Amino acid sequence: MRITFPRMGTSYIAIADLLTGLGNEVILPPPITKRTLDLGTRYSPEFACLPFKILMGTYLEGIARGADAIVSSGGVGPCRAGFYMEMHRRILRDLGYEVETITLEPPKGHMVDLIKQLRRLINVPLSRVWSTVRFAWGKLELLDIIEERAYYLRPREVVRGSTTRALRKCLSIVRGAKDMEQLSEARNKVEEILASVPIDPEAVPLKVGLVGEIYVVLEPFANGEVAETLGELGVEVHRSTYLTKWTRENAFLDFFRIPADRDAKRLARPYLGEMIGGHGIINVGETVIYSRNGFDGVIHLAPFTCIPEIVAKGILTKVSSDLGFPVMTLYLDEHTGKEGVRTRLEAFVDLISKKREKEQGVAW
Amino acid sequence: MRIGIPSTLAYYEYFPFWDVFFRELGFDVVSSPITTKAILDWGVKHTVSDACVPIKLIHGHVRALAEEGVDFIFLPRMVSVAPKETFCPKFLGLPDLIQASINNLPPMLSPRIYLRFGRMSLFRICGQTARSLGASRIKGLRACAKALDAWHAFLRSIRQGLTVAEALGLRQRTGTALRGPRLALLGYPYLINDPFISANLLGLLEERGVQVLTAEMVPSEDLKRLSRSMRKNLFWHYSNRVVWAAMYYLDKEMVDGVIHVTAFGCGPDAMVGKLVELEAKGKVPFTTLSLDEHTGQEGIITRIDAFVDMLVRKKVSA
Ligand code: SF4
Ligand code: SF4
Repeated sequence: MRITFPRMGTSYIAIADLLTGLGNEVILPPPITKRTLDLGTRYSPEFACLPFKILMGTYLEGIARGADAIVSSGGVGPCRAGFYMEMHRRILRDLGYEVETITLEPPKGHMVDLIKQLRRLINVPLSRVWSTVRFAWGKLELLDIIEERAYYLRPREVVRGSTTRALRKCLSIVRGAKDMEQLSEARNKVEEILASVPIDPEAVPLKVGLVGEIYVVLEPFANGEVAETLGELGVEVHRSTYLTKWTRENAFLDFFRIPADRDAKRLARPYLGEMIGGHGIINVGETVIYSRNGFDGVIHLAPFTCIPEIVAKGILTKVSSDLGFPVMTLYLDEHTGKEGVRTRLEAFVDLISKKREKEQGVAW
Repeated sequence: MRIGIPSTLAYYEYFPFWDVFFRELGFDVVSSPITTKAILDWGVKHTVSDACVPIKLIHGHVRALAEEGVDFIFLPRMVSVAPKETFCPKFLGLPDLIQASINNLPPMLSPRIYLRFGRMSLFRICGQTARSLGASRIKGLRACAKALDAWHAFLRSIRQGLTVAEALGLRQRTGTALRGPRLALLGYPYLINDPFISANLLGLLEERGVQVLTAEMVPSEDLKRLSRSMRKNLFWHYSNRVVWAAMYYLDKEMVDGVIHVTAFGCGPDAMVGKLVELEAKGKVPFTTLSLDEHTGQEGIITRIDAFVDMLVRKKVSA
């Protein structure tokens, strides 16, 4: 079995380690490019959402490199993501590719199936599983930390582009770590590198929260590199969706019925009385939280035809006008380019900085 | 007191139920007029951009009821009526979306319809709804029982071959002899049976002598059986019915072709359409009819004529 998997942000680094460590041959999904998307779009239903099309392309590229199995997460609705793997499988079969699919459903209500699927992935003695999982998880956490730090540094950097360069260096160090010991060395080195990015300590950048559908929030190619662009425009970005957090909530807390994101859900309730799937309700609650915590605005990322996010957008419009808090929805599809996103972001940043000036009075 | 019910979305499945329910409680029921150009235009203007046309329509219908001056607008939050499925997420958030986009509405009555315990849950919801309108719980339960009878009669007439639109009295058959091909006309009831947004699709097919079979006509026992045969089912109420119906008609070789009717930009249908297309592949011809606010009757006529002609030619040559 040669396995490939969806690529989402930097997580592939840790996931590849996990699968390899469990004794699988891994076909690394190539970086997502225009070609991936074109390929995926060609074989996807027209109105499938952007993540579906990107994954379609990723799988086809993986297959071209020799993959004959795909592992992906499942889901129980109400949004489409949970049906992705089954749909992808049928389309691939129609194209003449018989691939094995391994769908990891959330534990709650699927424990037996989940264990069955996991056993297909575990091809090493059980004693090695725990250390492999811990190692991969450690990597994932470190990757999330690096990204979060980059959000802080970028708007403050003295030399344009130095954060992004440091970030690249960090990623390649993390990628190279092969065991727990090397990982903790990597952690130190990463600290050093990030600490050496020269920043302006006086800077008080604008602050923007990033909310939206998880895939497009996490995968820069899918969102036209919003976070990087905002950083370069001098804006500090914050997002609350990180893969480690998401996994913890969906795989563990949910299973023990511990409600996650309690605050966000509570604050959303006046506006939205129902879980609408995807990140719908959380987005609304988080927007309220951002507005209370002194942020200057929120960018809402929604794949075109994304069902929950269209509802969220309708409601965010109301939240935004009730609170006098700028919110901009970016619809993303295969025609969205980095340049288009940049233009819209520039306009938004312009708007919020004028708003801040007005509220604080000009300093001179 | 007058209760307003918008004539779209769940209306096409549950109106006979709620109509009787509220009348039994002693209220007047006002349904919004069947979709008009004005209703559509208002909806298009006031709904969040990129919504599908049915969601735009319901904004227009709710608005029409408000202008009518009804005392309450009844817009239940349709969450789930069967195990392991929900309605499309847009249904789930609908009452909130409407509140967020339309100002000065009469009070909305939006009980959460989640029938986890089947009929029991329904009775509970009806009891509570009656209470919230000042009627007694007992009266509510009795009205619920009456409403169920009416609803079952409605379902029976559909099983006997009426389309939803006919069972609701929105259109009559003209009596044209149906000598043409048999088509599975699959899609959401609020698209296919809305004479305006579908540009009178049912009428057009009848004029051409086409025998139409819809998802609602499939016996529910068969739907259940088919749902078990899928490796994984979809999550959405109407979508599942479309997919299962396609499998049913194809397995039984009951149809000469399949038309999937969809709303432009519909999220679930991106999956549904492809599933049905793959099911039909190698069996019978398949086509998609996509509807939105700009669809004109001309376009639809061209599409169905081409499809029907093709089926006829195929039959002759066979
Ligand atoms: S949340 Fe939106 S983008 Fe994600 S799978 Fe669902 S519909 Fe698609
Ligand atoms: S199922 Fe499709 S057409 Fe119906 S409300 Fe949802 S997105 Fe719109």
